[in-house]
Parts: sequence; structure tokens; C-alpha cells
Amino acid sequence: MSYRFFVNGDPVEVEVPGMRRLLDVLREDLALTGTKEGCGEGECGACSVLLDGAVVDACLVPVCQVDGTSVRTVEGLGSEEELNGLQAAFLETGGAQCGICTPGMLMAAEAFIASGAPAGDDAIREAIAGNLCRCTGYTKIVEAIALAAERRRAGGPGAL
Amino acid sequence: MTRILPPGTQELLAPDPLLVPPGSRTPGRISQRGPLRREGPAKLTGLAKYADDLVFPGAWYGATIRSTEPHATLVGIDLDDAFDWSQVVVVTAADIPGDNVVSLIRDDQPILVPVGGEIRHQAEALCLIAAADRETLRAAKQSLKVRTERLPAVFDPLESSDEFSHLEVRRGDVEAGLAQAELVIEGTYRVGHQEQLYIENQAMIAVPQADGGVTVHGSCQCPYYIHRALKRSLQLTDAQAVVVQAETGGGFGGKEEYPSMIALHAALLARKVGKAVRMIYDRHEDLSATTKRHPAVIHHRTGVMLDGTLVAQEIDVVMDGGAYCTLTPVVLSRGVLHAGGPYRCPNVRISGRSMATNTPPNGAFRGFGAPQTEFAAEMQVNRIAEALGTSPLELRRRWAYQEGDTTPTGQVLRESVAAIDVLEAAAEASDYTRHSAQTSHAREARGSGARLASGIGIAMGWHGAGFTGSGEVHIAGVASVELTDEGVVRVLTAQTEMGQGTKTIFPQLVAGELGIEPAAVENAPQDTSIVPDSGPTVASRTAMVVGGLIIKAARRLRAQVESVTDRPFADSYREFALQHGALRVDEHFEPYPNVEFDDATYTGDAYPAFGWACAVARVDVDLDTGEVAVRDVVSADDAGRIIHPVLAEGQVEGGTLQAVGYATIEEIKLVDGRYLNDRLATYLIPTALDAPRIEAILVEKPFSGAPHGAKGIGELPMDVGAPAVVAAIHDATGVWIHDLPATPERILAAMTGAPAPGSPGVSSPAPKRGAA
Amino acid sequence: MPVEPPVASPRTLAQAYALLAEQPHRPIAGGTDLLVQITGELGDPPERVLDIWHLDELRGIRVESNAVVLGALTTYAELRRSPLIAEFLPAFAEAAATIGAAQIQNRGTIGGNVMNASPAGDMLPLLLATDAQLIAGTAHGERWIPVREFWPAYRRTALEPTELLLRISVPLTEDRQLRYRKVGTRRAQAISKVVMALAWRADGAADAGWSDVHLALGSVAATPVRAPATEAVLEGAAPTEAIADRAASTLAGEIEPIDDVRSSADYRRAVAARVLHRLIRDEGGW
Repeated sequence: MSYRFFVNGDPVEVEVPGMRRLLDVLREDLALTGTKEGCGEGECGACSVLLDGAVVDACLVPVCQVDGTSVRTVEGLGSEEELNGLQAAFLETGGAQCGICTPGMLMAAEAFIASGAPAGDDAIREAIAGNLCRCTGYTKIVEAIALAAERRRAGGPGAL
Repeated sequence: MTRILPPGTQELLAPDPLLVPPGSRTPGRISQRGPLRREGPAKLTGLAKYADDLVFPGAWYGATIRSTEPHATLVGIDLDDAFDWSQVVVVTAADIPGDNVVSLIRDDQPILVPVGGEIRHQAEALCLIAAADRETLRAAKQSLKVRTERLPAVFDPLESSDEFSHLEVRRGDVEAGLAQAELVIEGTYRVGHQEQLYIENQAMIAVPQADGGVTVHGSCQCPYYIHRALKRSLQLTDAQAVVVQAETGGGFGGKEEYPSMIALHAALLARKVGKAVRMIYDRHEDLSATTKRHPAVIHHRTGVMLDGTLVAQEIDVVMDGGAYCTLTPVVLSRGVLHAGGPYRCPNVRISGRSMATNTPPNGAFRGFGAPQTEFAAEMQVNRIAEALGTSPLELRRRWAYQEGDTTPTGQVLRESVAAIDVLEAAAEASDYTRHSAQTSHAREARGSGARLASGIGIAMGWHGAGFTGSGEVHIAGVASVELTDEGVVRVLTAQTEMGQGTKTIFPQLVAGELGIEPAAVENAPQDTSIVPDSGPTVASRTAMVVGGLIIKAARRLRAQVESVTDRPFADSYREFALQHGALRVDEHFEPYPNVEFDDATYTGDAYPAFGWACAVARVDVDLDTGEVAVRDVVSADDAGRIIHPVLAEGQVEGGTLQAVGYATIEEIKLVDGRYLNDRLATYLIPTALDAPRIEAILVEKPFSGAPHGAKGIGELPMDVGAPAVVAAIHDATGVWIHDLPATPERILAAMTGAPAPGSPGVSSPAPKRGAA
Repeated sequence: MPVEPPVASPRTLAQAYALLAEQPHRPIAGGTDLLVQITGELGDPPERVLDIWHLDELRGIRVESNAVVLGALTTYAELRRSPLIAEFLPAFAEAAATIGAAQIQNRGTIGGNVMNASPAGDMLPLLLATDAQLIAGTAHGERWIPVREFWPAYRRTALEPTELLLRISVPLTEDRQLRYRKVGTRRAQAISKVVMALAWRADGAADAGWSDVHLALGSVAATPVRAPATEAVLEGAAPTEAIADRAASTLAGEIEPIDDVRSSADYRRAVAARVLHRLIRDEGGW
């Protein structure tokens, strides 16, 4: 069956079984390997993407439910030459170590910052509670998200 | 400021403790905040390629058929006639051209159990299948049956008679010491398995080459371990076996030895299929089949005088190696050497043995035996403090090693001893004494209806830097720095980046020596056809040992170029390259001066230097349920010289949270020798909401044997977090938990006097037939 | 890449009913249970899946005739955001906040929780405690099923294969108090060891007896259950220490939890009693 939706602003059409996981469509059919598979059971959040702005585990979303929606992945945030404000904050604070949790973590963080909710320590931790990290202890991740939220609030360079 | 010490110099660097609050700028540092992570932008944009991201057109998919019994004879492998096997390739032990052995220490572990051979653990690899697509692979898996005859299984290391190794360390006369002691405290401590839980599952892709060789791409810490294993079992030459490390999503020791197994599997299939084969584990397979931290039972008898003098330590360590040897003797060795804790004691006997059980083999995990035995040591110190009515901080002040003290192996700690420094730093930063008085007071005033209790706990630890004894000599690592003919400076080592920051600090160290910017120094890829064998990325040796090698190589490179150009390297190296061509300097490891160890008697200098750490943890315990919330942890860690503060903090923060998980929620139960916690829904690590606030305090007590004074930091934080948390639980509730993890089930049982749950790490037998 | 069973994605309820009537289909809502089961190969994969995500008739939260009516596709995130839930059933939002984390809350649905029929389903004790009704439909009409009849056995529901769960009606009774407590292994992404909902009616005075007491628990039996013997202790009684002690020990004797990968029977029994005791104590203020 044919499914049409947007990925990082670009329209795509895929001809795949409807129960194919969005994760597999992204990684294999669309060659967007930035989104990772850590567990396939919705526990680790490494596969997090934004679906119409809401952070979800792509390993639990069948593509038949993505038809007509807008999907955003890590590839849609920034580029190596021009990281977005959140990615830059992660780079500055040391929020990424091995990097495998990072794409999913960025998407969860992106959803949180976009919500405009006050970026206190507890709120940030709740926003990323579905993203497991084994390397950092979360300390510098929380620091990065707070920094990015602050900059976005304040506007100016590094804000986006 | 780095100084070059002529070889053989006895001079010691003046002790130069430098307490560094995170993020602050300090003079005389090799670097102030450190360059940004070299491969950071690639990781942050999703461009970094981990094994499963690599595309090999036409690659087949591989799968492993595994045992479902802990001990059995493999009688036969039956392929269902109704299935079309022409579409599938099957590999059995008979297909292995060389030795059917996963090359490590003992040569006891087969790559695949041969028909007629012995299955020794659940999830043991029996045979391999590959197909062009996953549907065919799935159908093939269902059409293959294994016939076995069950054998009796042993699950408890205390009941096993199959020993992998034993050793003993003695000093003084422990019997006399115990007899003289005014108080003897005994304790038995038991720690269960822990899974490394790298977020990227193990993965290897093998690509057959025209020359009969194979190139393996995958997630790993030690490309040359894999290289050796491939050569031996596939009968390949050095050039035919090529191992290329892909971006690796975490290792923590779990990708030290196990990747050799998968690489062998993928390579055997690729060889038979004639095409690339992808062997990508899912989480369930990874949890079920790969190595875990060794469970251990540690028994202490400690003799003290009533005035607090430590007079005797008798310690017995039993480790469960699982079904095959893997690295177990080395884990036991480190565990035994650290088992007394960082304390001065005249009479010591530490004996250890590692035993086989019919469970999946255990392996390396950050700390490598020390977190297990140091948990027990620290619990013992805290219990003694309570018995004597002394503060746990005060007792450690009295007992902690100082420069000039002698360890149980007879090693004189001549330099670089920061035990008291880390103790005081952590105690001060955590305001230990004041909080401890508060929790004490609160505990006394607590009514019977109280819901929450707060506690604070302290623990110290030490961690020998680099390999034990002559390990580094046997590795004989080589690292190189080259100036290419295009005028690029490049570092060539086998050290793998897995998040700890190797690719950032190596250019930083080399650039520092050459007087150029770190961005001008490149890292050669960890490809065995390109880089020399600088040894494995384990044992916290990368910054200390290999960092030292590349510093020396860079110095020689600089000297050679400057002797020709007669100008500073930074101004003349590109010109030199264009005129004279490439120049490469290989630096071979040379033993640290005045470090001597006798492997036979286990006496002498076990390590060139030790790192030191102290953690203070604060917890809240829900008195209704026994649930523990770890609120914050302060961890002071001495790594000799801090090369990159942000990366160093990252190691302390990450290691501390792994230790917190070890202490609280990371539990593996076993039935019939099989892990019950075999999915992420059941093997639990802390989320961001569970994680404490972590404050890392970086301390510097340089080691003169390394050109940069660095000692290694990766594992040290893992040694102290768990006992600090369990001490805090005691402070809050009054109960001592002797088993890890200190789950709510154990805590509630201790608080109510109910029977405690069973021993961690020991499997229950198979349920009786007919039961659920 | 897991098995990919054939799936139909009807756009209207009528289409959905027609498909269900033709052949057995396993419905998929947010996928947070079913896709875990398929990928994890927990049991045989369904032969055929019915994607109900596009059925807007199954969405919405409204109040009508003294009940809060929740569409089966109401997500946990929607429960947390809903002003109606905040006003009338705040315990439901509290419970939704303990489920998974943001990713699961954005996709997991209360209907899915009900239909998955796990003994550990986090919303289910609240439905038992409030005497909710489950409304199922086919092309021939709708059927109201009392929650106490909805889970006849381990992971089974009372629905026929042709029926679809449409909505859940939670009666609002005057002066009803509702409390919720979940004990899990960690603070997010945790299946419960014990989960409890307690409802009662009080007429206001601090020493007044409780009436209409409903105590429901999950993770202590093969299905979510009520605890009638313990309810009987609390019925008509004020929340005193003596009552709390009796209720706790009655509960400990009434439930028969098991040992499993997550916890032990002993722990579940002890903690259920202690958590109940604490709930009563909090109300009694002693």
C-alpha cells in the first residue's frame, strides 16, 4: 500500500506494508539512519521522532498511521556545518558521549523546548524520562537542554 | 606544564594536588575546558555511522541458533525436509577451518558447540543460519530443531567444584592480628550480575574479500582481539583479516571480548555465503547471550582495636565466571588486589577463587572485579564505624593510605596518593558532617508513622591504573604519530572511541606537544590494516598508557622535523612534508621505571599507580515500600592529570550513575540458568527522573611515570558509588543491606524482619514439570 | 525488522465493523502494546490487524448525565491535559502521568490499556474503583458492559471478536473521593509491582464513616481485582488507626500475588497493605 507523509518538511511516498514500523521506513526505505533502534519495545527512546510535533517511539508506530502526517527526525534539526541551537548546546556542554541515544534525546528535548514549558530541572528530566542514556548520567544533557531553552527564550544568536 | 624526565630519573614530581570545580579555568593545565568533541557534530546530526547504519548492497542476514538448556549434550541438528533449504546457508562447527575456539585466555570456549559436544549454558551458540531476506531467515529458524540430552547443572559458585583460577595475597600474620584484635566484625556480602546496557546492541558485518580474507565492520572496543581470533579460527594471514571499528554506541567492557564471538559468527557465514552477512543483535538476544559483570560472594573478618586501629583483614572472594573462562582470572585478580579497600593494614590475607557455573560466561564491565570487592570492603568499614561509635569519615581519615604506605602485595606507594584529598574534597562538598548529624537527629526523633527517611553515606575506593602486573609488557603496545606527505599530522592507534573522548584528547595531546591547534591533528580510523596494535581500549589505560605513547611519539616527530628545518614545528611542518615526504614515528611501550611485580607470588608493584575516589550519596527511603530515591551524589576522583575537564566529568557522572543503578534497580534473576530479565522492560537502568544530581570533583595527583601525569579515570567512579548509596540507606533506615542490588524487596524485608529474598546472582532450578 | 501482518485502516466506524464482521482482526490503537508483542515475538503474531487510529468517533472526552465519557482512543497525554479530567477525575491524570514517559503517553490509549487486559494495567483499578462501564459496538448496535465483568480471565476481555471498544463511561457520584497509588521499580517507564485505586463517599465530617467503598488493585492477581473483604472492613467506618490496621491486615490476607521477574509475592502483599494503611492514615490525619 502507498502512504504519503512529510519528513523534515519534504513530501515522501512509500509503497510498503502498512504494519511496517515507522522506524524501519525511515532507516531502510528512506535511508535516514539517524533514528536508532535500541530495543524495539518502546523502552529506550533511541528511536524517538516527532509525529505532528509530539514525541513518539518510531518502533511502535505502524506506517499506516503516519499517512498524512508530518514527521521530524534528527536529520531535520541542523547540519554538521550549522548545528541548531539545541545541538550546539549539547556540543558545548558535553551532552553527547557515545551518541547513540543522542538523536532520540534531541527530538524529545526539541518537543519540550517547543512546548514553551518552564525549563526547570525536574521538568526537563520528566521530558526525557523516556530516553535512556548509559554514558552521561544525564547531567550534561539536562544542562544542554536548559541552556538551549534559555537561549531560545532570550532570542538572539544561538537561539534556534 | 609538561616536563621531559630523562629515562631512569628517580626524581618525583612534587605533589601537586589541584582540586578543580567543574567548568572552571585553571592555570598550568594542558587545556582549560578542552576542545569540543571531535566527532560531536556527526553524532548530533545523525550522520555518524554505527554498524547497523552501514549499507552493503546484497548483504544477507545472519542469525544464531542457541541452546535453551543450561547443560546438555548436543545430539543433533535437524533441518525440516518441508522447508526449502537451498535458499539458506547453515554453518555448524564442522565449517570452522581453524580452531573452534574463541581465542582469549584459556581456549575453553567454542565458537559453536559441535554435534556430540557439550552445551554448557543457556543461549549458547549451536549453529548459524543466513538468508537473503528476513522472512526467509525467520521461516528457516522455525524449521530447524536441535536434539539434546540434558545433563545436571550447577548454578551456585559456592557449590561448584570446577575452578577457573585462585590466588592469595598475604601480608603479616592475619591469625595473630585477629587474635590480638579487641573487636572482630564479620560480614558476607553478595553481588549479582550487572548488564553493561550499552544503548547500541552488539553488531558485526562481515564482508568476504577476493583474497580469501574477510573484513569485519562492527561495534567493538578491541579491534586487534577480533583480528587475532579471526586469524586463528579462519586461518587467515595478518593482511587477510581486517577489522574496522564502526562508530560504537557504548561499550563499558561489554564490547571487550564478546565482539570476537559475533565477528567469528558473521565471518563464518560470509565465507560460506560468499556475500556480506549482517549479524545485528536485537536487545533480547543481547541481554540473553552476552557477558555480564561477575557475581561474587565476599566474606570479611576484620579485626580492630577499640581505639579504631585496624589490625587485621581476612577476606575471601568467590566469583562466578559462568560456563567458560573468558577473562575471569584477570577479573578475580583485580578484585582480590582491591579487596581490602584503600586502607593501611599490617596483617592481611585475601584469598580468591573463580568458579564455573552453567550460566552464560561473565566478562568485563567497568571496574572489572573492583566494584564487587570494594562494595564489600566499604560496607565493612561503615559497619565497623558504627560498632565503634566513630564517624565513617573519621575512621577513613585514620585508615586511608598515605604516601609511603605499603599495600598487601608489598607495594610501597611512593607517589601519587590522593586518598585523603578525595576523602576531604567529597566530605566538604557534600557537607557530610552536618548532614550526617541532621539525619542522625531525624532518625532519633522519627515517629512510627513517618513516611520518608533521609540518609547520607560515604565510601572510598582505589583503582590500579592500567593492566595488572606485567600486563602492559605483554601487550607491547605500539602507537604512532605521522606527518603525511600532504602535510597532515595524524595519530595512529587502535584505541577506540566509544564516547569517552579518545578522538578528542589524542589530537589535543599531540597538538600540545607540536605547538599546533588540535583541529590540525587527525585521527586515523581504527582499522587493523591502517593502525598498529596499541592494545585494547580497557582497564582505563587509553589516556594514561597510549596517551603517553603518542606524546613521546609527537616529541620525537617534532625533534626530527625541527632538526632539519631549524624552525619551530608549527611554522615548518607543512613545508617539511612537501619537501621531504611523509615521516612516521612509532613509539613502543616501555615498562614504567621501578615498577616490578612477581606474577607467581603476587607480590610487588601490582600497578604503576593508583587512582583514588570518594563518593557521598544522599537518599530518601520510602518507609512504606522500601523504595529508594537517590537525591544526589558527590564524587571526588583523582586521575593524576585532568586532560579534558568536560570529558573527565562525563566519565565521573556516567560511572556514578552506573554505580547507582548497580546499587538499586539493576537486577537479574535466573531460572534454570537463564536470565529472566531479558528485555528492556525487565532489565531496568535509571531514567533521567531516577538519576541523582551528580557533582564531579576532579582531583590531580600526577603520576611521574606518565609524560602527562595522567592515570586513567573511566572505571574509578564505579568503585565507590554503590557502597555510598547502601551506606546512605543504612543511615536512613538503620538496616544493613549486604546484597546488591539493595532492592525495595530486600530493604523492606530487613526493616520488617521478614525473610530476605534469595541470593543475588544464583539461579533457581527449572520449575517442576506441570507447574506454570 | 519484525513480522508485518496485513492491516486495514478503515476511515469510518461502519467500515471497521464490516471488516470485523468478515474476519477476525486484532485492533491496533497507539501500538504501545501490540507492536511490543509483535517485535518481541511474545506469542504468535496476529493474522490480520485492524488499524483504528483514524476513527475519530473513538476520540474525545465529555461529561454527560453524571458521567465522564472517554473515547477509547483517548491518550494518556490527553488525559493529563484535559480540564474536564482535572476537574472531575484528577486521579486519572495522576495515573496517566505514571505510565511510561512522554513517548508512550502521546500514543498509549485508555482503550488500549483496557483491551490489553494486563493484570498490571495502570488505569484499570481506577475503572474498577469507579464502577465504570465499557461500551462496545458492532454494526447492530452498542452494548454496555460493567467493568467488573470485563476481564473474565488472564489477558481476556468480555468482547466478542466482532465487537470494538468505543468508549468508557465513568460515573460521577457525589462526594466521591478517589485515590491512586502505583509502586513501580523506577520513576518512569515501569510496569507496576502493585497498583491501587481507592474510592469512597464521605459526607464531609472528619470522623464520618466511609460509604460505598471500592478498593481495586492490579498486579496482585491474574486480572485487576476488587478486594471485598477489605472493603467490608472500611465500609461504614471512619479512617482511624484501628480501622487502618484491620484493613491492612485483611488486605494482606485477601490477595494472593505471585513471585515474578519484577517482585515477590511477599513484597506485593506487604506493600499493598502498607500503601493502603498510608492512604487511610493520610485521610485520617493521625
